[in-house]
Amino acid sequence: MRRAYFKNNWVAALMVAPQLLIVFTFFYFPTSQALYWAFTLEQPWGGGNTWVGFDNFTAILSDAYYWQSIWVSIVYAAGSTALAVIMALTLAIFADRQLAGYKLYRVGMIWPYAIAAPAVGLAFRFIFTPGAGMMMFVNQVFPDLWNPVDNGTQAMAMVIVAGAWKQVAYNFIFFLAGLQSIPRSLIEAGAMDGARVLRRMRDIQLPLLAPTFFFVLVINITDSFTDSFGIVDTMTAGGPSRATNLMVYKIFNDGFQGLDYSGAAAQSIILMILVIALTFVQFRYIERKVHYT
Amino acid sequence: MNKTYPALAALALAFCATTASADKIKFDYWYGLSGDLGETLAETCNRFNASQDKYEAVCTGYDGYELVVQSAIAAFRAGKAPALLQSFDAGTADLMMSGQFYAVTQMMKDYNIEINWADYFPGIANYYASSKGELFSMPFNSSTAVMYYNTDDLASVNMPAPTTWAEFDATLKALKAKNPEKCSYGYEPSVWVDLEQYSSINNVPLATNNNGYDGLDTKYVYNTTSAVKHMEDIKGWLDAGLAEMKVSAGGMNSQEAFSQNICSFFFGSIANHSSLNLKHADNLHWDVAMIPTETAERHNSVVGGASLWVLAGKSEEEYRGVAEYLKFIATPEEIKFWVSNTGYIAVTKSAFDSLTAEGFYSAAPYKGREVAIASLTATEPGPLNRGFRLGSMIQHRAEWLSEVQAALAGQKTVQEAYDTSVERGNALLEKFAKTYAGKTLP
Repeated sequence: MRRAYFKNNWVAALMVAPQLLIVFTFFYFPTSQALYWAFTLEQPWGGGNTWVGFDNFTAILSDAYYWQSIWVSIVYAAGSTALAVIMALTLAIFADRQLAGYKLYRVGMIWPYAIAAPAVGLAFRFIFTPGAGMMMFVNQVFPDLWNPVDNGTQAMAMVIVAGAWKQVAYNFIFFLAGLQSIPRSLIEAGAMDGARVLRRMRDIQLPLLAPTFFFVLVINITDSFTDSFGIVDTMTAGGPSRATNLMVYKIFNDGFQGLDYSGAAAQSIILMILVIALTFVQFRYIERKVHYT
Repeated sequence: MNKTYPALAALALAFCATTASADKIKFDYWYGLSGDLGETLAETCNRFNASQDKYEAVCTGYDGYELVVQSAIAAFRAGKAPALLQSFDAGTADLMMSGQFYAVTQMMKDYNIEINWADYFPGIANYYASSKGELFSMPFNSSTAVMYYNTDDLASVNMPAPTTWAEFDATLKALKAKNPEKCSYGYEPSVWVDLEQYSSINNVPLATNNNGYDGLDTKYVYNTTSAVKHMEDIKGWLDAGLAEMKVSAGGMNSQEAFSQNICSFFFGSIANHSSLNLKHADNLHWDVAMIPTETAERHNSVVGGASLWVLAGKSEEEYRGVAEYLKFIATPEEIKFWVSNTGYIAVTKSAFDSLTAEGFYSAAPYKGREVAIASLTATEPGPLNRGFRLGSMIQHRAEWLSEVQAALAGQKTVQEAYDTSVERGNALLEKFAKTYAGKTLP
């Protein structure tokens, strides 16, 4: 393959510099600060800190509630990713089949992604409110069936649905683009060989969609670990009794509200390692099964 | 991952520096009140600026105390902090330990501004004073917790407002017997009402070292006091249907449930008095009383709300402006403006007396607010009623809430929940003490 490259390295450096500057200022520098704080006890108003080695980490990792928070985050990530991927895929397949009104639908489906997480949380809080929203009707038929205020499992389900709903739009765009890039001739050939819709989907479309699927999976899992606190904050505030206390929400609570910068920094590092590890696992073991065309 | 770093906020702030005309000497003032209260606060700034030809207060509102304190810290570390900051009770310990403030009493002395500090209600002033009694921040929007009750409902069972928890229990039962359909007590877990105010009013310790005032090696002890029994009572009422959970996550919080005439009792800040006045069901008649006590003996409740801190590292000119502003808001007219437009209480005795003499507190819509003063001044504050000087208070409050939610859902007993909450609170206090190793509380 022929490669294009700059003959003058200074021009290349100049071109890359703004991007690198942004990455260093807004990613590497803060991360290095967080890393430093994680090993110290930092006074919020400045005025010095003490080096404590791994104390912050041992304190966090020996806390049973922190492990619960990790567990809850994994449940949320798995639940919201699975739901968002399945829903988006279903919707994209329908949009791709060009059923009546699909153009309108294609545009409408993109909107949810533009809504801020706290607004999504508020809307879903109304939907799932046991006493006033839509779930009130369920409670009228089956009294006390739905009560996310007391019931941690239901609260988690509620947060997962809201989180997945927000992610569906994003996934939808990628799935639809993926489906549309599959050559029509393949599908038509399948049809001529007598394969029906579901069969064509299973044997042609889904395998060819694998790269998109993998990309969406990685993005969704990362996103559900790092970008879920807006929904949790408005819907449950981590409750009831820590049932929806996601790792990232705990960081927000301890660091931003509680001014425990060191504890929050250590938690950030742990979260970062977890996300890196998960991404690594996905690339190492799942990507192998993906065939890029 | 980079969320803990304040660079972004500081950068944003650098761009936000005011661009208006530079004739007057400006100083920044950040506050955490939002909504109606925030607008009233902005109005005090306008009134100050209109009264001044030398100084100008540049006031910026944030959505909540946590946010304003967090932003001020980020700005402070970047050297862009405001001169004046409205900070809440839970932020007091960190600010005091940091020493990055200019004590208001000292500042007023330095700029020869006469303020009669003895005029401030001791229950209010003590909260913001050092262990030696020197006032560090300016008392401003002060409140305390009170009991709101539906007068029609209580009249229907021929009972006066309960003054002890035993009477409260009897009232709930009577209300339920009279009208089983109605929610008697809309309950919302509040560490401030159920634990902090309770401990002060009943003169039981929340923590050792006189609630943290005497040193950093403090431990919570509320799992050994009557606060446990009180929480068990609440759980008993909820389990028996005498009280109902009314929280935002369920669609309606306890204040809304009370104002819509759904529940007969509501416990909350006196600051809600004004919003209840503005917005309530037409058929609701209500009044305010002090929070019931465990025995007949009542002690003063704890002040809530926020105070104004002057931050360190500003120019003398700015400090002069801040001093003028603080002097301005301490005048009786301004206290009256603030008090009548919000539900907060008058912070000085003279302002309270003159308002009482004018009949301010004897007619609607302000009638009832004197109850908060009565509650705050029920006794001279003793060692257990001065307030709380505890680090990581926000996180402790979150721990308390999680444990209480678990107890109320029946996952553990109240005693177990309080034991866990105390144990985790102690770990927070220990960490706080370590963070400020070698320093002592001023």
